[in-house]
Amino acid sequence: MAQAAIETENLSKNYPYGFLNLKKRKSLEDLTMRVEEGEVFGFLGPNGAGKSTTIKLLMRLIFPTAGTARILGKSIEEVSMHASIGYLPEQPYFYDYLTAYEVLDYFARFHGLTTSDRRTRIQTMLQKVGLEGAKKIQLRKYSKGMLQRVGLAQAILHDPQVVVLDEPMSGLDPLGRREVRDIILGLKREGRTVLFSTHVLSDAESMCDRVGILVGGKLRGTGAPGELMDIQAQGMEIQFELSAENKNLALLARAVRAGDNYRVQVPEPELYKALDELKAAGARIHSVTQIKPTLEEYFMNLVAADRAQASAVEVNGR
Amino acid sequence: MRNIRVVAANTFREAVRDRVLYNLVFFALLMMAAAILVGQISIDIEQQVIISLGLSAISLIGILIAVFLGVALVSKEMDKRTLYALLAKPVKRWEFLLGKFFGLVLTLAVNTVAMAAGLYAALLTVKHPLEREDAYILVAVYLILLKLAVIVALALLFSCFTTPFLAILFTAGLYGAGLFATDLRTVRGVNIDPSSLRLVRGVSYVIPNFQNFDVMGAVVHGHGIPGSFVLQATLYAALYIAIVLTGAAVVFSRRNLK
Repeated sequence: MAQAAIETENLSKNYPYGFLNLKKRKSLEDLTMRVEEGEVFGFLGPNGAGKSTTIKLLMRLIFPTAGTARILGKSIEEVSMHASIGYLPEQPYFYDYLTAYEVLDYFARFHGLTTSDRRTRIQTMLQKVGLEGAKKIQLRKYSKGMLQRVGLAQAILHDPQVVVLDEPMSGLDPLGRREVRDIILGLKREGRTVLFSTHVLSDAESMCDRVGILVGGKLRGTGAPGELMDIQAQGMEIQFELSAENKNLALLARAVRAGDNYRVQVPEPELYKALDELKAAGARIHSVTQIKPTLEEYFMNLVAADRAQASAVEVNGR
Repeated sequence: MRNIRVVAANTFREAVRDRVLYNLVFFALLMMAAAILVGQISIDIEQQVIISLGLSAISLIGILIAVFLGVALVSKEMDKRTLYALLAKPVKRWEFLLGKFFGLVLTLAVNTVAMAAGLYAALLTVKHPLEREDAYILVAVYLILLKLAVIVALALLFSCFTTPFLAILFTAGLYGAGLFATDLRTVRGVNIDPSSLRLVRGVSYVIPNFQNFDVMGAVVHGHGIPGSFVLQATLYAALYIAIVLTGAAVVFSRRNLK
């Protein structure tokens, strides 16, 4: 098996709380997953699902209670490996007494870049994130969206192989979101690996090769957005035209009518039987399509199931 | 080394841009006022009063900066989460701590040297010309700087595992206790049981002995400071700082950020 860009094995994180920190809250449970090199992987989940915890664990900002993680084949404990990683924290905040140029120059110095190399790269990055005109303004005067752009610039300044972005669309206007989407897709074209967390399911659907859905600290599903939805295909929809009334056709009872045009949903195993009936009744078939839930529906179903399970545990525990 | 240097330079830049060095204006005004007043009311003790007042002000202002900024070095970075992007770079946590330490010590050094220059300027206005004994002021200033470096190290250690408020309390408390470290070693009393006495003496060797850096009395009266004393104080400060920063690095290396 080829080396994964990011790999975790039974990664878990508990946070102590309560008097004397004797109680434990499980923030992440036995996360085992792989992000392949060159893919864009989206981390989806509601607030408190464990997305940021996973990313912070990968960035060694917090330490796991159990389990291991590797990036580009090396343990995350190896600090030198971080030269190949770019990271955008959630709601980033930087030294507000520095200008955008200075903050990028500060971060670039940790990568041992020469003065001229730093200058060239910073200029390129400022252009890329649309901050060239504001490069000499101290960050204390920046809006949330502008700080997000600075964060993105520092994350990719040193040409990292793996880019980890925690809520990269947060705080951005529609134009900014589009620019970030273009940057992520540009990174993919350059063969880099991108892992990002998001609440915006349409972003994940449009950009990700694969997504992982975290709910309640557990990974509930991983796969291409299309694959995940195929798993839960809800049946088939037939669109047809029928000019003559046919009261013997049972399908009509559950069809939606618009003039002579009808739409009816049937379970997949019953598709051919339904088509035969329609043919016999003289209907013209316009289309047959598979009904899939949107990623949002899939996601909401998982969250609802998790909450129902949590309530059941609470009730039984009483 | 590169990472430590980069963090230190940025810490110094932060202090400058946050107008920490503005305290020099206060010091300059104090020295000017003292020089004018002393010139009018003192009889033959102008020099002592100016040196005593100047060194006390250098020490007090330095202590306030060392305690408050020392505690903020790490806690502010954690609170504002400016540390997140940095620690995801190829930077070891102990490199970050050392960079912060040296950055603040550099700030204090610049501040202290500038205040020493102000003290000499005040001396010049009440007494012409400067004499050989006045050079001892530089030794006192150097020892104050060593003391401040120890305080910064302590503030850094406490801020690695507790809240800023408690870190300030602990640092200030330890400084206060450290002023009496030598006295604690020689404490005697008929009513104190031997085990308590041993405990007090043991504590006196663990807490920083700030009396090792106090030469103000001698300098004010124009007495020289032996080179061996300065060397001993330097080695003591270096060793104490090394131990404290090692402790801070151990604590911070496994600290979970918010």
